[in-house]
Amino acid sequence: MKVQRGAKERAFIDKVEELSEQSVNACIRCGTCSAGCPFVQDMDELPERIFKRIILGDTEGILRQNTMWICAACYTCSVRCPRDIDIAKIMEAVRQIVLRDNVDMVDVEHVERIKDLPQLAVVGCFRKETG
Amino acid sequence: MDGYLYYPGCTLKTKASDYEESAMAVMEALDAPLVEMDDWYCCGAVQSLAADDIMHQIAPIRTLICAQEQGEREVVTLCDMCYNVLKRANLWMREHPDDLDTMNEFLDEDPDYEGNVEVYHLFEILRERKDDVKKRVKHKLDGLTVAPYYGCMLLRPSEVAIDDTENPSIMEGLLESIGADVLDNPKRTECCGSYHVVNRPDIVERRVEELVSRMGEMGADVIALSCPLCQYNLDSYQRSTGYDIPVLYLTELIALAFGLEAGLHKHRVDPGIMLKERGVLER
Repeated sequence: MKVQRGAKERAFIDKVEELSEQSVNACIRCGTCSAGCPFVQDMDELPERIFKRIILGDTEGILRQNTMWICAACYTCSVRCPRDIDIAKIMEAVRQIVLRDNVDMVDVEHVERIKDLPQLAVVGCFRKETG
Repeated sequence: MDGYLYYPGCTLKTKASDYEESAMAVMEALDAPLVEMDDWYCCGAVQSLAADDIMHQIAPIRTLICAQEQGEREVVTLCDMCYNVLKRANLWMREHPDDLDTMNEFLDEDPDYEGNVEVYHLFEILRERKDDVKKRVKHKLDGLTVAPYYGCMLLRPSEVAIDDTENPSIMEGLLESIGADVLDNPKRTECCGSYHVVNRPDIVERRVEELVSRMGEMGADVIALSCPLCQYNLDSYQRSTGYDIPVLYLTELIALAFGLEAGLHKHRVDPGIMLKERGVLER
Protein backbone atom coordinates (compact mmCIF):
# COMPACT_ATOMS: atom_id res chain seq x y z
CA MET A 1 0.00 0.00 0.00
CA LYS A 2 1.37 3.37 -0.99
CA VAL A 3 1.25 6.02 1.70
CA GLN A 4 0.40 9.42 0.29
CA ARG A 5 0.70 12.44 2.49
CA GLY A 6 -0.17 15.91 1.33
CA ALA A 7 0.89 19.13 3.05
CA LYS A 8 -2.09 19.00 5.41
CA GLU A 9 -1.37 15.44 6.49
CA ARG A 10 2.35 16.15 6.91
CA ALA A 11 1.55 19.22 9.04
CA PHE A 12 -0.65 17.12 11.32
CA ILE A 13 2.01 14.46 11.81
CA ASP A 14 4.64 17.15 12.48
CA LYS A 15 2.40 18.80 15.09
CA VAL A 16 1.74 15.50 16.87
CA GLU A 17 5.47 14.77 16.94
CA GLU A 18 6.37 18.29 18.07
CA LEU A 19 3.89 18.32 20.96
CA SER A 20 4.59 14.75 22.07
CA GLU A 21 8.33 14.64 21.32
CA GLN A 22 7.70 11.10 20.08
CA SER A 23 8.35 9.55 16.68
CA VAL A 24 5.13 8.00 15.39
CA ASN A 25 7.04 6.00 12.78
CA ALA A 26 8.76 4.06 15.56
CA CYS A 27 5.51 2.13 16.04
CA ILE A 28 5.67 -1.47 14.81
CA ARG A 29 1.92 -1.93 15.34
CA CYS A 30 2.40 -4.87 17.71
CA GLY A 31 -0.80 -3.97 19.56
CA THR A 32 0.66 -4.10 23.08
CA CYS A 33 -0.85 -0.67 23.81
CA SER A 34 -4.34 -1.86 22.90
CA ALA A 35 -3.94 -5.21 24.67
CA GLY A 36 -3.18 -3.58 28.01
CA CYS A 37 -5.48 -0.55 27.79
CA PRO A 38 -8.19 -0.72 30.46
CA PHE A 39 -10.48 1.56 28.44
CA VAL A 40 -10.67 -0.14 25.04
CA GLN A 41 -14.28 -1.20 25.44
CA ASP A 42 -15.31 2.45 25.48
CA MET A 43 -13.10 3.48 22.55
CA ASP A 44 -14.37 3.77 18.96
CA GLU A 45 -10.99 2.55 17.79
CA LEU A 46 -8.03 0.90 19.50
CA PRO A 47 -4.98 3.08 20.31
CA GLU A 48 -2.94 1.06 17.82
CA ARG A 49 -5.44 1.91 15.04
CA ILE A 50 -5.08 5.60 15.91
CA PHE A 51 -1.34 5.18 15.37
CA LYS A 52 -1.99 3.82 11.92
CA ARG A 53 -4.18 6.83 11.10
CA ILE A 54 -1.49 9.22 12.38
CA ILE A 55 1.17 7.53 10.26
CA LEU A 56 -1.13 7.86 7.25
CA GLY A 57 -1.88 11.47 8.19
CA ASP A 58 -5.61 10.70 8.30
CA THR A 59 -6.45 13.81 10.32
CA GLU A 60 -10.19 13.80 9.72
CA GLY A 61 -10.45 10.09 10.44
CA ILE A 62 -8.67 10.50 13.78
CA LEU A 63 -10.76 13.44 14.87
CA ARG A 64 -13.96 11.43 14.29
CA GLN A 65 -12.82 8.87 16.90
CA ASN A 66 -13.37 9.24 20.63
CA THR A 67 -10.19 7.30 21.51
CA MET A 68 -8.11 10.26 22.71
CA TRP A 69 -10.94 11.50 24.93
CA ILE A 70 -11.43 8.08 26.55
CA CYS A 71 -7.69 7.78 27.26
CA ALA A 72 -7.22 8.94 30.86
CA ALA A 73 -3.41 9.04 30.65
CA CYS A 74 -3.02 6.06 33.00
CA TYR A 75 0.32 5.28 31.27
CA THR A 76 -0.17 1.53 31.09
CA CYS A 77 0.60 1.59 27.35
CA SER A 78 3.54 3.96 27.77
CA VAL A 79 5.36 1.72 30.27
CA ARG A 80 4.73 -1.42 28.18
CA CYS A 81 5.51 -0.22 24.65
CA PRO A 82 8.44 -2.32 23.34
CA ARG A 83 9.52 0.64 21.20
CA ASP A 84 9.50 3.01 24.19
CA ILE A 85 6.93 5.28 22.62
CA ASP A 86 5.17 7.41 25.22
CA ILE A 87 1.70 6.78 23.80
CA ALA A 88 0.00 8.84 26.49
CA LYS A 89 1.87 11.85 25.10
CA ILE A 90 0.69 11.06 21.57
CA MET A 91 -2.90 11.00 22.83
CA GLU A 92 -2.33 14.30 24.63
CA ALA A 93 -0.94 15.84 21.44
CA VAL A 94 -4.07 14.86 19.50
CA ARG A 95 -6.27 16.23 22.31
CA GLN A 96 -4.29 19.48 22.34
CA ILE A 97 -4.64 19.94 18.58
CA VAL A 98 -8.43 19.89 19.03
CA LEU A 99 -8.57 21.91 22.28
CA ARG A 100 -6.33 24.68 20.96
CA ASP A 101 -9.08 25.60 18.51
CA ASN A 102 -10.92 26.84 21.60
CA VAL A 103 -12.99 23.68 21.93
CA ASP A 104 -14.34 22.34 25.23
CA MET A 105 -15.19 18.67 25.58
CA VAL A 106 -16.82 19.13 28.97
CA ASP A 107 -19.58 21.62 29.77
CA VAL A 108 -18.01 23.32 32.77
CA GLU A 109 -21.22 25.08 33.76
CA HIS A 110 -23.28 21.92 33.94
CA VAL A 111 -21.38 19.25 35.80
CA GLU A 112 -23.74 17.09 37.81
CA ARG A 113 -22.96 16.50 41.48
CA ILE A 114 -20.01 18.90 41.29
CA LYS A 115 -20.13 19.53 45.04
CA ASP A 116 -19.85 15.81 45.77
CA LEU A 117 -16.82 15.31 43.57
CA PRO A 118 -13.29 15.48 44.96
CA GLN A 119 -11.49 18.63 43.78
CA LEU A 120 -8.71 16.77 42.01
CA ALA A 121 -11.26 15.04 39.73
CA VAL A 122 -12.75 18.36 38.63
CA VAL A 123 -9.39 20.08 38.18
CA GLY A 124 -8.03 17.05 36.29
CA CYS A 125 -11.02 16.77 33.98
CA PHE A 126 -11.11 20.48 33.15
CA ARG A 127 -7.38 20.46 32.47
CA LYS A 128 -7.72 17.52 30.10
CA GLU A 129 -10.91 18.51 28.32
CA THR A 130 -11.10 22.31 28.02
CA GLY A 131 -9.37 24.51 25.50
CA MET B 1 13.69 20.39 60.50
CA ASP B 2 12.20 17.84 62.82
CA GLY B 3 10.03 15.64 60.63
CA TYR B 4 9.07 16.28 57.00
CA LEU B 5 7.85 19.28 55.06
CA TYR B 6 4.36 18.35 53.90
CA TYR B 7 2.51 19.53 50.78
CA PRO B 8 -1.23 18.83 51.14
CA GLY B 9 -2.80 19.85 47.81
CA CYS B 10 -6.46 20.74 47.43
CA THR B 11 -8.27 17.50 48.21
CA LEU B 12 -6.48 16.53 51.43
CA LYS B 13 -8.01 19.54 53.17
CA THR B 14 -11.56 18.62 52.19
CA LYS B 15 -12.80 15.33 50.73
CA ALA B 16 -9.73 13.38 51.82
CA SER B 17 -9.32 14.84 55.32
CA ASP B 18 -9.42 11.26 56.68
CA TYR B 19 -6.14 10.67 54.90
CA GLU B 20 -4.48 13.81 56.23
CA GLU B 21 -5.70 13.18 59.78
CA SER B 22 -4.53 9.56 59.85
CA ALA B 23 -1.20 10.28 58.12
CA MET B 24 -0.47 13.11 60.59
CA ALA B 25 -1.31 10.85 63.54
CA VAL B 26 0.82 7.97 62.24
CA MET B 27 3.86 10.15 61.51
CA GLU B 28 3.55 11.87 64.90
CA ALA B 29 3.54 8.42 66.53
CA LEU B 30 6.71 7.57 64.59
CA ASP B 31 8.40 10.76 65.87
CA ALA B 32 8.62 12.06 62.32
CA PRO B 33 5.80 14.62 62.13
CA LEU B 34 4.48 16.06 58.89
CA VAL B 35 4.86 19.85 58.99
CA GLU B 36 2.65 21.67 56.53
CA MET B 37 4.34 24.15 54.19
CA ASP B 38 3.91 27.85 55.05
CA ASP B 39 2.54 28.47 51.57
CA TRP B 40 1.51 26.24 48.66
CA TYR B 41 -0.58 26.12 45.48
CA CYS B 42 -2.85 23.52 43.84
CA CYS B 43 -0.63 21.39 41.60
CA GLY B 44 -3.12 21.17 38.72
CA ALA B 45 -3.91 17.47 39.34
CA VAL B 46 -2.67 16.20 35.96
CA GLN B 47 0.78 16.68 34.50
CA SER B 48 0.95 18.69 31.34
CA LEU B 49 2.07 16.29 28.61
CA ALA B 50 2.56 18.66 25.69
CA ALA B 51 6.19 19.71 25.24
CA ASP B 52 5.40 23.38 24.67
CA ASP B 53 2.98 23.72 27.58
CA ILE B 54 5.23 25.26 30.21
CA MET B 55 2.38 27.43 31.47
CA HIS B 56 0.76 24.46 33.21
CA GLN B 57 3.98 23.63 35.03
CA ILE B 58 3.99 26.97 36.85
CA ALA B 59 1.76 25.83 39.72
CA PRO B 60 3.84 22.82 40.80
CA ILE B 61 7.10 24.75 40.38
CA ARG B 62 5.81 27.65 42.49
CA THR B 63 5.11 25.14 45.24
CA LEU B 64 8.67 23.82 44.94
CA ILE B 65 9.91 27.43 45.17
CA CYS B 66 7.93 27.74 48.44
CA ALA B 67 9.74 24.65 49.79
CA GLN B 68 13.09 26.04 48.67
CA GLU B 69 12.37 29.37 50.36
CA GLN B 70 11.56 27.56 53.60
CA GLY B 71 15.09 26.24 53.40
CA GLU B 72 14.05 22.65 52.79
CA ARG B 73 15.37 20.14 50.28
CA GLU B 74 12.59 17.56 50.63
CA VAL B 75 8.83 17.80 50.31
CA VAL B 76 6.40 14.96 51.02
CA THR B 77 2.98 14.49 49.42
CA LEU B 78 0.16 12.17 50.43
CA CYS B 79 -1.98 12.49 47.30
CA ASP B 80 -0.84 10.31 44.38
CA MET B 81 -1.80 12.87 41.76
CA CYS B 82 0.08 15.68 43.55
CA TYR B 83 3.09 13.37 43.87
CA ASN B 84 3.04 12.58 40.15
CA VAL B 85 2.64 16.21 39.05
CA LEU B 86 5.24 17.73 41.42
CA LYS B 87 7.76 14.99 40.69
CA ARG B 88 7.37 15.19 36.92
CA ALA B 89 7.41 18.99 36.80
CA ASN B 90 10.60 18.90 38.87
CA LEU B 91 12.22 16.35 36.54
CA TRP B 92 11.12 18.29 33.47
CA MET B 93 12.82 21.48 34.70
CA ARG B 94 16.02 19.62 35.54
CA GLU B 95 16.10 18.06 32.08
CA HIS B 96 15.06 21.24 30.25
CA PRO B 97 17.17 24.12 31.64
CA ASP B 98 15.90 26.47 28.91
CA ASP B 99 12.33 25.94 30.08
CA LEU B 100 13.43 26.56 33.67
CA ASP B 101 15.03 29.86 32.57
CA THR B 102 11.80 30.85 30.81
CA MET B 103 9.79 30.01 33.89
CA ASN B 104 12.09 31.85 36.28
CA GLU B 105 11.95 34.90 34.04
CA PHE B 106 8.15 34.73 33.90
CA LEU B 107 7.84 34.34 37.68
CA ASP B 108 9.69 37.58 38.21
CA GLU B 109 8.12 38.25 41.61
CA ASP B 110 9.25 34.87 42.94
CA PRO B 111 12.82 33.82 43.67
CA ASP B 112 14.33 31.61 40.93
CA TYR B 113 13.77 27.88 41.29
CA GLU B 114 17.15 26.21 41.60
CA GLY B 115 15.95 22.66 40.99
CA ASN B 116 17.28 21.27 44.27
CA VAL B 117 14.08 20.15 46.00
CA GLU B 118 13.30 16.41 46.04
CA VAL B 119 9.68 15.21 45.95
CA TYR B 120 8.65 12.12 47.91
CA HIS B 121 5.43 10.23 48.47
CA LEU B 122 4.56 9.30 52.05
CA PHE B 123 4.81 5.58 51.23
CA GLU B 124 8.51 6.01 50.42
CA ILE B 125 9.06 7.50 53.88
CA LEU B 126 7.06 4.71 55.52
CA ARG B 127 9.03 2.08 53.59
CA GLU B 128 12.26 3.50 55.05
CA ARG B 129 10.70 3.31 58.51
CA LYS B 130 9.08 -0.09 58.18
CA ASP B 131 10.86 -1.46 61.24
CA ASP B 132 9.65 1.48 63.33
CA VAL B 133 6.12 0.88 62.05
CA LYS B 134 6.33 -2.74 63.12
CA LYS B 135 7.65 -1.83 66.58
CA ARG B 136 4.89 0.71 67.17
CA VAL B 137 2.03 -1.76 66.48
CA LYS B 138 -0.30 -2.22 69.45
CA HIS B 139 -3.00 -4.35 67.89
CA LYS B 140 -2.05 -6.49 64.92
CA LEU B 141 -4.68 -6.52 62.21
CA ASP B 142 -4.60 -10.30 61.86
CA GLY B 143 -7.85 -11.71 60.60
CA LEU B 144 -8.44 -8.67 58.37
CA THR B 145 -7.88 -9.44 54.68
CA VAL B 146 -6.66 -6.30 52.93
CA ALA B 147 -6.45 -5.83 49.16
CA PRO B 148 -3.70 -3.31 48.36
CA TYR B 149 -4.57 -1.05 45.42
CA TYR B 150 -1.94 1.20 43.80
CA GLY B 151 -3.74 2.64 40.78
CA CYS B 152 -1.59 4.60 38.30
CA MET B 153 0.12 7.67 39.64
CA LEU B 154 2.54 6.04 42.10
CA LEU B 155 3.83 3.62 39.47
CA ARG B 156 3.68 5.30 36.09
CA PRO B 157 5.46 6.62 34.13
CA SER B 158 8.54 4.63 35.18
CA GLU B 159 10.75 7.70 35.81
CA VAL B 160 8.59 8.64 38.81
CA ALA B 161 7.62 5.13 39.99
CA ILE B 162 8.07 4.56 43.72
CA ASP B 163 8.24 0.79 43.07
CA ASP B 164 8.26 -1.80 40.27
CA THR B 165 5.71 -0.60 37.69
CA GLU B 166 4.22 -4.06 37.10
CA ASN B 167 4.89 -5.86 40.37
CA PRO B 168 4.95 -3.40 43.27
CA SER B 169 5.30 -4.55 46.88
CA ILE B 170 5.60 -1.39 48.99
CA MET B 171 2.02 -1.57 50.31
CA GLU B 172 2.19 -5.33 50.84
CA GLY B 173 5.29 -4.87 52.98
CA LEU B 174 3.67 -2.19 55.12
CA LEU B 175 0.47 -4.20 55.52
CA GLU B 176 2.48 -7.22 56.64
CA SER B 177 4.31 -5.10 59.19
CA ILE B 178 0.98 -4.20 60.83
CA GLY B 179 -0.06 -7.84 60.85
CA ALA B 180 -2.83 -7.71 58.22
CA ASP B 181 -3.60 -10.64 55.92
CA VAL B 182 -2.56 -9.35 52.50
CA LEU B 183 -4.50 -10.32 49.40
CA ASP B 184 -2.44 -10.97 46.26
CA ASN B 185 -4.50 -8.51 44.27
CA PRO B 186 -4.12 -8.96 40.47
CA LYS B 187 -6.01 -5.70 39.82
CA ARG B 188 -3.82 -3.51 41.99
CA THR B 189 -2.14 -1.52 39.22
CA GLU B 190 -5.16 -1.02 36.92
CA CYS B 191 -6.71 2.43 36.45
CA CYS B 192 -10.00 3.17 38.27
CA GLY B 193 -11.29 5.51 35.56
CA SER B 194 -9.76 8.65 37.07
CA TYR B 195 -11.26 12.07 36.23
CA HIS B 196 -13.87 10.52 33.91
CA VAL B 197 -16.04 10.48 37.02
CA VAL B 198 -16.81 14.14 36.23
CA ASN B 199 -18.55 13.70 32.89
CA ARG B 200 -18.39 9.96 32.03
CA PRO B 201 -19.26 8.21 35.30
CA ASP B 202 -20.41 5.20 33.25
CA ILE B 203 -16.75 4.53 32.36
CA VAL B 204 -15.74 4.70 36.03
CA GLU B 205 -18.59 2.39 36.97
CA ARG B 206 -17.40 -0.25 34.48
CA ARG B 207 -13.80 0.04 35.65
CA VAL B 208 -14.73 -0.12 39.33
CA GLU B 209 -17.05 -3.06 38.75
CA GLU B 210 -14.20 -5.03 37.19
CA LEU B 211 -11.77 -4.13 39.98
CA VAL B 212 -14.00 -4.47 43.03
CA SER B 213 -15.82 -7.61 41.94
CA ARG B 214 -12.47 -9.37 41.44
CA MET B 215 -11.22 -8.24 44.85
CA GLY B 216 -14.54 -9.26 46.38
CA GLU B 217 -14.43 -12.74 44.81
CA MET B 218 -10.93 -13.19 46.20
CA GLY B 219 -12.12 -12.42 49.70
CA ALA B 220 -11.08 -8.82 50.37
CA ASP B 221 -12.49 -7.43 53.62
CA VAL B 222 -11.20 -3.93 52.88
CA ILE B 223 -9.27 -2.18 50.11
CA ALA B 224 -6.22 -0.06 51.05
CA LEU B 225 -4.90 2.79 48.89
CA SER B 226 -3.61 6.34 48.95
CA CYS B 227 -5.09 8.26 46.00
CA PRO B 228 -8.11 10.38 46.98
CA LEU B 229 -9.56 10.07 43.48
CA CYS B 230 -9.25 6.26 43.46
CA GLN B 231 -10.79 6.29 46.95
CA TYR B 232 -13.80 8.28 45.75
CA ASN B 233 -14.31 6.17 42.63
CA LEU B 234 -13.94 2.76 44.29
CA ASP B 235 -16.03 3.78 47.29
CA SER B 236 -18.85 5.47 45.35
CA TYR B 237 -19.15 3.27 42.25
CA GLN B 238 -19.09 -0.29 43.58
CA ARG B 239 -22.87 -0.53 44.10
CA SER B 240 -23.41 -2.60 40.96
CA THR B 241 -20.99 -5.29 42.16
CA GLY B 242 -23.22 -6.36 45.05
CA TYR B 243 -20.24 -5.93 47.35
CA ASP B 244 -19.89 -3.32 50.08
CA ILE B 245 -16.13 -3.28 50.60
CA PRO B 246 -14.75 -0.39 52.68
CA VAL B 247 -12.09 1.59 50.80
CA LEU B 248 -9.56 2.94 53.30
CA TYR B 249 -6.37 4.94 53.18
CA LEU B 250 -3.44 2.76 54.18
CA THR B 251 -2.64 5.26 56.94
CA GLU B 252 -6.08 4.69 58.48
CA LEU B 253 -5.20 1.00 58.83
CA ILE B 254 -1.77 1.81 60.27
CA ALA B 255 -3.43 4.21 62.74
CA LEU B 256 -5.79 1.41 63.80
CA ALA B 257 -2.86 -0.93 64.36
CA PHE B 258 -1.14 1.80 66.42
CA GLY B 259 -4.28 2.15 68.54
CA LEU B 260 -4.88 5.72 67.37
CA GLU B 261 -8.23 7.26 66.61
CA ALA B 262 -7.82 8.91 63.22
CA GLY B 263 -9.83 9.06 60.01
CA LEU B 264 -12.67 6.66 59.18
CA HIS B 265 -15.25 9.48 59.10
CA LYS B 266 -15.98 10.17 55.46
CA HIS B 267 -16.38 6.84 53.71
CA ARG B 268 -19.58 5.94 51.87
CA VAL B 269 -19.20 2.27 52.75
CA ASP B 270 -19.07 2.35 56.55
CA PRO B 271 -15.85 0.60 57.58
CA GLY B 272 -17.12 0.17 61.17
CA ILE B 273 -19.21 -2.92 60.41
CA MET B 274 -16.40 -4.92 58.81
CA LEU B 275 -13.76 -3.74 61.28
CA LYS B 276 -15.94 -4.82 64.21
CA GLU B 277 -16.75 -8.11 62.55
CA ARG B 278 -13.04 -8.87 62.18
CA GLY B 279 -12.25 -7.75 65.72
CA VAL B 280 -10.16 -4.75 64.62
CA LEU B 281 -12.58 -2.33 66.27
CA GLU B 282 -14.26 -3.31 69.50
CA ARG B 283 -17.79 -4.54 69.03
